[in-house]
Amino acid sequence: MNMFFQSIMAGLETGSLYALAALGLVLIFRTSDVINFAQGEMAMFSAFIAFKLFDGMKLPYPLAFLGAIVFAILFGFIVERVFIRPASKASLVSKMIITLGLIMIVGGLANALFGIDSHYFRKAIVADNMNIKGVVIQPNAIFIIAITFFIMAGLFYMINKTKMGIAIRATAQDENTAKMMGIPVSKVYSMSWIIATILGAIAGILIAPTTNVSTAMMGEVHLKSFIAAVLGGFGSFYGPVVGGLIIGVLDNLVGMYISLTWKTVIVYGLLILTLIIKPTGIFGKTHRKKV
Amino acid sequence: MLKLKDVSAFYGYIHALKNISIEVKEGTIVTLLGANGAGKTSTLKTISGMLKPKKGTIEFQGRDISKKRPEDIVSLGIVQSPEGRQVFPELTVLENLKVGAYTRKDKNIKNTLIKIYDYFPILKERKNQMAGTLSGGEQQMLAIGRALMAKPKLLLLDEPSLGLAPLIVNNIFKIIEEIKKEGTTILLVEQNAYKALAIADYAYILETGKVVLQGNAKELKSDSKVKSAYLGG
Repeated sequence: MNMFFQSIMAGLETGSLYALAALGLVLIFRTSDVINFAQGEMAMFSAFIAFKLFDGMKLPYPLAFLGAIVFAILFGFIVERVFIRPASKASLVSKMIITLGLIMIVGGLANALFGIDSHYFRKAIVADNMNIKGVVIQPNAIFIIAITFFIMAGLFYMINKTKMGIAIRATAQDENTAKMMGIPVSKVYSMSWIIATILGAIAGILIAPTTNVSTAMMGEVHLKSFIAAVLGGFGSFYGPVVGGLIIGVLDNLVGMYISLTWKTVIVYGLLILTLIIKPTGIFGKTHRKKV
Repeated sequence: MLKLKDVSAFYGYIHALKNISIEVKEGTIVTLLGANGAGKTSTLKTISGMLKPKKGTIEFQGRDISKKRPEDIVSLGIVQSPEGRQVFPELTVLENLKVGAYTRKDKNIKNTLIKIYDYFPILKERKNQMAGTLSGGEQQMLAIGRALMAKPKLLLLDEPSLGLAPLIVNNIFKIIEEIKKEGTTILLVEQNAYKALAIADYAYILETGKVVLQGNAKELKSDSKVKSAYLGG
């Protein structure tokens, strides 16, 4: 039973990070219809910034973390302004190809600036493990789950209750009408890219102790965040969060109880099955228009 | 209040508006009539900044707005209630109305909301319901209410009677008249020429992107050409 709880905790820990990254993907997709394939690379770049601030400039960890967030704000803003906005009238496929190109630009830049070595980056919380009735829990895992929870709570409050949040949802549903009502749609895009880049950066920095900081570090998180978004449904903001947690937990449970070698196959098999039964994802809705 | 002078606009290669000149005087209801594809909606879109005119000027209260962005035009006081209603289906009724007030910075938004609930009591009843679950008539009321939330000086109404039952149409036209009485100027696009001429002060008739006839609404109503073409004999 202890192993069971331990797997669940570990699953929630990684699942939270998938959820953060997936939420970034969905936020951009819902508002500007662009699928940002470069989300992982952008997160990697931000994680490198945190690492360099910490390791190179010897800043304390919290400051390095904050510095990377500030960088992510600028980064998201610039990417939207320079690469996405000029192509606002281009087709969806063209926009996706732009974000594919971004993978090469950001990845190449990271290689040139930071080198191809892999570096260890510390955990956010370094403390002794806790033992609660035989279940071993890492304080860092608690921190990751808690910080994800607070970020989600803040973000969902923003999306559901504030003026900007209503503007984001209105733009996501009907860009033209949103414009007609006086919503500065380009500001909404800018905002969603900034938020998404921040979410990616946080996921990148927090996964770093597991993957090390390297140009290839986000490969798995990025892929799984995509799958989380598809599983939960690209159509809602809650879907990807639930999807991320499900994948994280399933991954660990299957690895623990069924087979470590086959866990990826089994988990994705289950996902495919879910999508066959519900193609729009768990929280997805099919839209019908009134005549 | 609003003056379009020789406005031409294109959708790609399609010449949607050909030298349209229209004037809307403050405190009146002006209606644009015409068949499908005559350029009525395109005219509204150039006014609200959604379609950029190739040629001509659009003057609102003395300044040229033809190059302004849609959100700035809304701030100036021109707000559109779009064709086919286009409410945000997954926002609640109240949230839809709040979107309408997006550009407003004053504190009287609550009063406007009360007034809109006054016009359309059903919206108050359904304020926490998703707009997508409303009936067609209710969505139309919501679209008009949403536009009014911006406290427009000029309200652009695109086909408010489209697809609605006659009883609801009557109700909506009554409210349009009331909105005018409260001091809002209205530019009304309609296919239901009979209804539109009944409440309008002045009318323009469009055909394939051109103004072919204009005049006092009362006079046009008895004009034989208009009668045969738009009023069914």
